[in-house]
Amino acid sequence: MYKSNSLVWRIGGAQGSGVDLAASVFARACAIGGLNVFGTREYYSNIKGMHSYFTVVASSKQVRAHSNNVHLLSSFDSETVVRHALSVVPSGGIIFDPSVVKEDISKIPTMEREYVKRVLETLKSEGLGESVEDVLELAKKRDIVQISLPYLDLLKEVSKLVAEPQLSLLMRMVNIMAVSAAFSLLRYDFEFLSQSINETFKEREKIAKMNVKAAEYVYDYVRQTYGNILKFNLSPIKSSEERILISGTTSVALGKIAGGVRFQSYYPITPAADESVYLEDIEVFELKSEVEVESSIMSKTGSIVVFQTEDEIAAITSATGAALAGTRASTATSGPGFSLMVEGLSWAGMNEVPVVVTLYQRGGPSTGLPTRHEQADLLFAMHGGHGEFPRIVLASGDIEEAFYDAVMAQNYAERYQLPVIHILDKALANSIMTCRKFDPMKVIIERGQIVNKKDLNEEYKRFKFTESGISPRARLGDEGTIFWNTGDEHDEYGHISEDPLNRVTMMEKRMKKLDTVAKEIPDHEKLKIFGEESASNVVVSWGSPKGAILDSLELLKEEGIDVCYIQVKIMKPFPTKAMEKNLSNAKKVIDVENNYSGQLGKIIKSELGIGPTHYVLKYNGRPISIEEAFHGIMSAVKEDKKRIVLTGGV
Amino acid sequence: MSLSHTYKSDVHIDWCPGCGDFGILSAIQMALSEMNIEPHRVAIFSGIGCSGKTPHFINAYGIHTIHGRALPYAIGAKLANPNLVVLVIGGDGDMLGIGAGHFVAAGRRNVDLTCIICDNGVYGLTKGQASPTLRRGVKTKALPKPNINDAVNPIMLAIVSGYTFVARGYAFDVRHLKGLLKQAIQHKGTALIDVLQPCPSYNDIMTKEWYGGEDRIDPVTGKPIPRIYKLEDSGFDPMVHKPDEEEIVQKMCSAIAKSLEWGDRIPIGVFYCNPYVLTYEERLTSRIPNYLQYPPALQKIADEDGHPIANLEKLMERFKIK
Repeated sequence: MYKSNSLVWRIGGAQGSGVDLAASVFARACAIGGLNVFGTREYYSNIKGMHSYFTVVASSKQVRAHSNNVHLLSSFDSETVVRHALSVVPSGGIIFDPSVVKEDISKIPTMEREYVKRVLETLKSEGLGESVEDVLELAKKRDIVQISLPYLDLLKEVSKLVAEPQLSLLMRMVNIMAVSAAFSLLRYDFEFLSQSINETFKEREKIAKMNVKAAEYVYDYVRQTYGNILKFNLSPIKSSEERILISGTTSVALGKIAGGVRFQSYYPITPAADESVYLEDIEVFELKSEVEVESSIMSKTGSIVVFQTEDEIAAITSATGAALAGTRASTATSGPGFSLMVEGLSWAGMNEVPVVVTLYQRGGPSTGLPTRHEQADLLFAMHGGHGEFPRIVLASGDIEEAFYDAVMAQNYAERYQLPVIHILDKALANSIMTCRKFDPMKVIIERGQIVNKKDLNEEYKRFKFTESGISPRARLGDEGTIFWNTGDEHDEYGHISEDPLNRVTMMEKRMKKLDTVAKEIPDHEKLKIFGEESASNVVVSWGSPKGAILDSLELLKEEGIDVCYIQVKIMKPFPTKAMEKNLSNAKKVIDVENNYSGQLGKIIKSELGIGPTHYVLKYNGRPISIEEAFHGIMSAVKEDKKRIVLTGGV
Repeated sequence: MSLSHTYKSDVHIDWCPGCGDFGILSAIQMALSEMNIEPHRVAIFSGIGCSGKTPHFINAYGIHTIHGRALPYAIGAKLANPNLVVLVIGGDGDMLGIGAGHFVAAGRRNVDLTCIICDNGVYGLTKGQASPTLRRGVKTKALPKPNINDAVNPIMLAIVSGYTFVARGYAFDVRHLKGLLKQAIQHKGTALIDVLQPCPSYNDIMTKEWYGGEDRIDPVTGKPIPRIYKLEDSGFDPMVHKPDEEEIVQKMCSAIAKSLEWGDRIPIGVFYCNPYVLTYEERLTSRIPNYLQYPPALQKIADEDGHPIANLEKLMERFKIK
């Protein structure tokens, strides 16, 4: 279970009570101690009161995914105990508030009826009753260590310490106290926690001080009361790399700034909105060096206009308008918003406008599971929109990659003058991870062919027929390059034309850009290969399952199973040749995806004529954990199960 | 050489003979010429339908978009480069039907642009269905039954949505419309011109003759009594002269009251003008101080080697692990 300094910690509580903050303080403290950290968040579509939880994996080795084998669970309420106690591994620990143990499970109003029923059935089958303490009893049977923490009593002591008699003002500190209790049990140096608290409350010194005091008090209390009750501990390690701890949406946002996006439109939607809100927060940013704005007027800052629209139709269309004026422009949304965008996408394709849609998938169809994870919009991203037009669909697999991909999405859009859909998902959006500091020197901005007026020896033709299908672009407002756009089929000037021959030539001009894309983009940008290339078992996947698959490769190797993992990144145009090459020797092709129908598998089948032999799928709204990836692939390889449906997660 | 010549493109105009769009097109070309705006500084956005083709007939950047969405395309372009002179032209279906949400939202922002509605009461290009401005009970010739919906009042909707310049023109009074367009373009903020226009093919009720009052002959002069009259001739004052609440309320209310006149007397001219509302661009400068000098479209994004010009180190500071 507990392997060499590799901890899975979970905290749960009512939404709006500060669980996220506690988790980020915990994760940061681990990172400050040199550890690698991966954290992921689960929450309801609700503002206050429903259950949310955060899982943090901290380890000496690299971690890229979450685990449902919890070593230490921190709770303050009854629901967290009920929902997560049995996710704790034997000899792991549960921290709970003794005041909740008598609560009747069926009286917890925020748990779905069907869930309560399942829990009660489990308890009944074990000959237990229907209260929280029965859950704890069952946990005890499974050798799970119980740590009772009387939060209210502790808070009263803390209130004296910080000279704040009003307990209600201190309630939010309970989160930090829970974190501190966990670190105390793990015998992790308090100094890291103290630093993490201070950094978290950097601009609010008084609050920082109070929290550190409270944390210190609880740390010592737990030390004295429970000592070395847990058999494992967490130790800091030396880390020489410059690292950041960052979320998926923030990583993409920084990629946009680096890549030169200066106009972002959006309509609020989970989980995409965080990206735009952060961009608005940093709308004015420093430049590396001063630039000349007009003759002798200099600027030390750049800026991005973040435009909140009335709907997603206005989001895609305003971004397209901004792109026509020469700005690198993008919009960010999720499934329902993308549904509204497709008419605009088709127009951008028809008029060869470089515009980027960042699509964070969530559980569908319809409103689906609005705050949960799924990867069911791949085929939609590839085909959404009427008519045939070229587009690029680029899928990121992890938070670090998402930064560089956000830049590449812009480069592709401008190089090939087409809409690019940068597809991510909820698991990536809402996770945090320690990454190597992003390296701007690795980023090259390529703006593609822009018309040079000096070379114009004829009237400017925006859609001039060319070998590559790409015609030099001009921007609205430039002298000498007036052009027209229309959603109608058009001639080289951009005027409406229904001439059949022009239609054929223009259609071919647009579509052959995809051939140019396929030719020019190197294989290593289209897909990534991990593990033994010669292995007869090949895992194919795209997007966020990457972390769990990578982390499971080692476990598989320990079982003597060699696996080659192909992460497809450019979904359209699909890297058919590269795939053919890599699948030619495979005996088993195992498709791992967070959807019902194996959408990547369908694409492989239609492109290569042969599809995956096995499917490991998950569509319960929760991302794939490390163990699930491991067991799923194992079942395919060892037991030859053709369709494995994963159901883990609370 | 007539000035407007420079604004004519060489594309064949395929509107029906007698279409009000001709008058609107001429008025736009004349206004831009007389204002001496260089064609490359102008970007004209349109939606779908007969009016959607307008940009192709004008020698300026012309963006013929999708049904109902011309406004957000235009706003995106204008915010990316506020130096552009932006015109938006659409039908009544475009702006008040499928695009009504954008029409209302535009009023909240007051981006500096001019929006023209070609208002003929019908969806022409799809052969004459009732549009949002057709009144209840009216049966134009392609309708199998009289219209069952009430009409939207574009003037009133614009005023309550926050448009800061609201006018109505008539397609066959090109000189007057040209004057309105010049005022609208000069106005800092979102301007609406609702242009009444006959559809000679599908609107057999609100015809040129009907607007001209040819069914009402003055017994004394023997001439028709036109339904259209000009607000400025009636002493109507649409201007908000000082930015105080009372003045604004009074001007809005009288504009709305005027907009309800219909039938025997139909006013055209400026209904409402409030020059004191900050434009969206000005509002942005409170957040991005050099926005107007250094707008998105004109920003340098890469250094000579192609690396980002933004200081990423600085932005990553708060995520760094120390």
